[in-house]
Amino acid sequence: MTWWKPADVGFSVRSHLANLGYGAKLFMRLVGPGAQIMRRFGLVRDQIHFLGNYSLAIIGVSGLFVGFVLGLQMYYALQRYGSSEALGLLVTLSLVRELGPVVAALLFTGRAGTSLTAEIGLMKADEQLSAMEMMAVDPVQRILAPRFWAGVITMPLLAAVFSAVGIMGGYVVGVLMLGVDPGAFWGQMQGGVDVWRDVGNGVIKSIVFGFTVTFIALLQGYEAQPTPEGVSRATTRTVVTASLAVLGLDFLLTAMMFSI
Amino acid sequence: MPEKAPGFFIEMDPATPPQPFVEFRDVTFGYGARAILDGVSFAVPRGKVTALMGASGGGKTTVLRLIGGQQRAQRGEVHFDGQDVGKFDNQALYAARRRMGMLFQFGALFTDMTVFDNVAFPLREHTQLSEALVRDVVLMKLDAVGLRGARDLMPSEVSGGMARRVALARAIALDPDLVMYDEPFAGLDPISLGTAARLIRQLNDTLGLTSVVVSHDLEETFRIADHVIILANGSIAAQGTPAEVRESTDPLVHQFVNALPDGPVRFHYPGVSIEDDFGNVEGGRS
Repeated sequence: MTWWKPADVGFSVRSHLANLGYGAKLFMRLVGPGAQIMRRFGLVRDQIHFLGNYSLAIIGVSGLFVGFVLGLQMYYALQRYGSSEALGLLVTLSLVRELGPVVAALLFTGRAGTSLTAEIGLMKADEQLSAMEMMAVDPVQRILAPRFWAGVITMPLLAAVFSAVGIMGGYVVGVLMLGVDPGAFWGQMQGGVDVWRDVGNGVIKSIVFGFTVTFIALLQGYEAQPTPEGVSRATTRTVVTASLAVLGLDFLLTAMMFSI
Repeated sequence: MPEKAPGFFIEMDPATPPQPFVEFRDVTFGYGARAILDGVSFAVPRGKVTALMGASGGGKTTVLRLIGGQQRAQRGEVHFDGQDVGKFDNQALYAARRRMGMLFQFGALFTDMTVFDNVAFPLREHTQLSEALVRDVVLMKLDAVGLRGARDLMPSEVSGGMARRVALARAIALDPDLVMYDEPFAGLDPISLGTAARLIRQLNDTLGLTSVVVSHDLEETFRIADHVIILANGSIAAQGTPAEVRESTDPLVHQFVNALPDGPVRFHYPGVSIEDDFGNVEGGRS
């Protein structure tokens, strides 16, 4: 595309707008008849198992290591000011407000997002979605919607697991290895972390990330070219777009939440 | 002439032939500037096997997609049992699709379900039959295609020919009125090929279906078809019974039916002339 030719610029803008519109229409088809998830909850439950249970390993192990690192780094910084008792509070706030939702979302994108995109893209390449359409079954409702709602439900749960395991990791490093007083560790945490303002913010963030990541993964799969290169490009786009979206939304939400 | 009884009976006047099941009226369809179908009109007779043939990329699969409503014609009308498919809203389209069965080229089975679940899928989605009844119907359909013993296999465990037979069982699960076959003979060994052809003909006759078969395979298709339509360059090159098409004098149809390498469909891809590539060919090396 040559940037100085109005026709090319116009075409580019129009096609991006058309893509945006197409994405919005698909989003409404997924979210609109939302009440229907109760009717086919068996499908949603199966997807929660595939997306959630199978991600627990990576979320748990990553959470543990992030907790370890947080414990070490925070202790190193706090110790200068003699405030190393606040380690528990700091580790918890970092995880629950920020790192839990964001890192869990990024890991979810890499593990579950790519598998969603590849699965839908390959079903499209194999004409399975076309066959379903010809059998008068809407593939968006039968295949995409259960995965969408499963992702939305799973994301906050995984973020919570990440934060919880991270706090345990911080405890192990801080109290067991570095000698922070356990009473201070838990006591300061209990006093300083507010359920609604801190934990609640984290939950809201992870719900928003759940919507975003799952939708992007499903959209890329649904729009993929039905060839091997097409599917591989779609999975790459899922990871890149979803990761950037998560980080961008994180900034927006954090800025909004500081004013509440 | 007996008087028409009120309500139940429709007097069939033997003088007027029954309406064709599928009809294309002056249909034009293409992508961008390229027209795949240009003013195409034909009729698919009820209860018969109609073969749709032509060169690759000639628009045969597009015809099937237009009948099924997956694409909309840009001009002209596509009629399914007397109704214009292009004017259907979503609900009417899905109601029409429940009366159609489609067999995709490689089966398009759902790879995460067993053969049994694949055939049961349309029944479980569209009917409220109990599981016991679903089991009976599925096993009957699988028996019709000879695969009742393969009910618990996964699609990855069956051969290509078997996968297509399972897809056929799935396509007839709801007892459709129209079954469309997209290249049912492509890549099959002679035994499977003969079985597939026999199944298509048998099912059409015993179940009273209308069948549309898109195929390249001349001999098998001519053997089972009642009506043949040959598509070329976006329009109909020939129509009629297999015997009539075989004797057609149209050069394109003649080349196609006799598998001649050169004719209206050229052998050499257009490009630079041979003199420019190799020099003076006749007078030795230049």
